[in-house]
Formats: sequence, structure tokens, C-alpha cells
Amino acid sequence: MSTPVFERIQTDITENPVFLYMKGNAMFPQCGFSARVVQILSHLGVLFKTANVLEDPELREGIKQFSNWPTVPQLYIKGEFVGGCDIVTEMFQSGELASTLTEKGIPYEAAT
Amino acid sequence: MAMSANEIESLIRGAVPDARVTIEDLAGDGDHYAATVVSESFRGLSRVRQHQIVYAALSGRVGGELHALALQTSVPESGTPA
Repeated sequence: MSTPVFERIQTDITENPVFLYMKGNAMFPQCGFSARVVQILSHLGVLFKTANVLEDPELREGIKQFSNWPTVPQLYIKGEFVGGCDIVTEMFQSGELASTLTEKGIPYEAAT
Repeated sequence: MAMSANEIESLIRGAVPDARVTIEDLAGDGDHYAATVVSESFRGLSRVRQHQIVYAALSGRVGGELHALALQTSVPESGTPA
């Protein structure tokens, strides 16, 4: 199934190595779960782009269907769905998130 | 609308019969839960896939009726009977 919103999502996640669907934006997250993922990405020092689903009801529904995932935030790395807040947190704590970035050739400055 | 921890557990077990399910009501309001689901059937599946199975078991309630379900999934550690 291809709809305009799916095409838009596909373009976003293809053109941006690290893309986060969230509530609010990186400066002003409007949900604690979105804020946590922003914090993790900032801590790792990786460049990322975001889309605010609260400003766009079509995107808010569309991203749930696109990823087959019921909640926001949703993190994509190199066009691949990585997970929501719980998975990203777990991967960050285990060091897996950093190694995924390395594997995919995405620069970051680990602040360890 | 809130859901009880028992309701969540039985829905998860309906889809993942061997699951060890632990549920914690984080805020005491029947709306914010943390669930840990351990199942042999998760072995070899990505975390995303494991979570998708649990979300599917809760058929559309997560993000709706259930505002927040912090989820952790894993396979039993080797040596532990499933």
C-alpha cells in the first residue's frame, strides 16, 4: 500500500541517516518519552532530524501504520526502524546503539 | 479508560502462551504500566519484532486505552526452563 504520507515517510527516512518521529521538536519535546530519545541522541552527539506528529494528524496516524508500531517516538536509522523509547533506551544502555551507528557509518561523538 | 494488570497479562498470554509476564502499575492509576515479557518464542527475533507481537496481543489498546506501557521483552536465560 502506498499513500502520500507513506511516500513522505519513505523520503524522510531515506534522505536522513537518523530520523526521529516525535511529539514536539528537539528543542521543545512535548512528551517525556520523546524527550528521552532526544536526550540519548544528543548525548551520543549524533546529528538527527525530527518530525513533529502533533502538528500533523495524517503523519501521526501514518507513521503508526508505516512502522506497525502503536506509539511515538519512533527512531529510524538508515531507513530502518530501530524502535521506540524503551528499545532505544535499552540499546543505549547496552552500548548497542553506538555500535549500530558505527556499523552503519554514521558519525557521532560518544561523550563517555 | 483504564485496564487492569490482570487483563493485560491474560491478553499477552493469549498470544504468547509460554510467556513469563510481570506487570507493574507505575502510577497506580491503571493507565501507566511497565511490563516484562520473557518467552522462548522470542528467540532469534529482533526486539522490534518481539514488541510488535506484544502490541498485537493488546490489539490496538497501546497508545489508546493504555496511555503508556513501558515494555521490555527477552528470551529466558539459558538453563532456565521456559
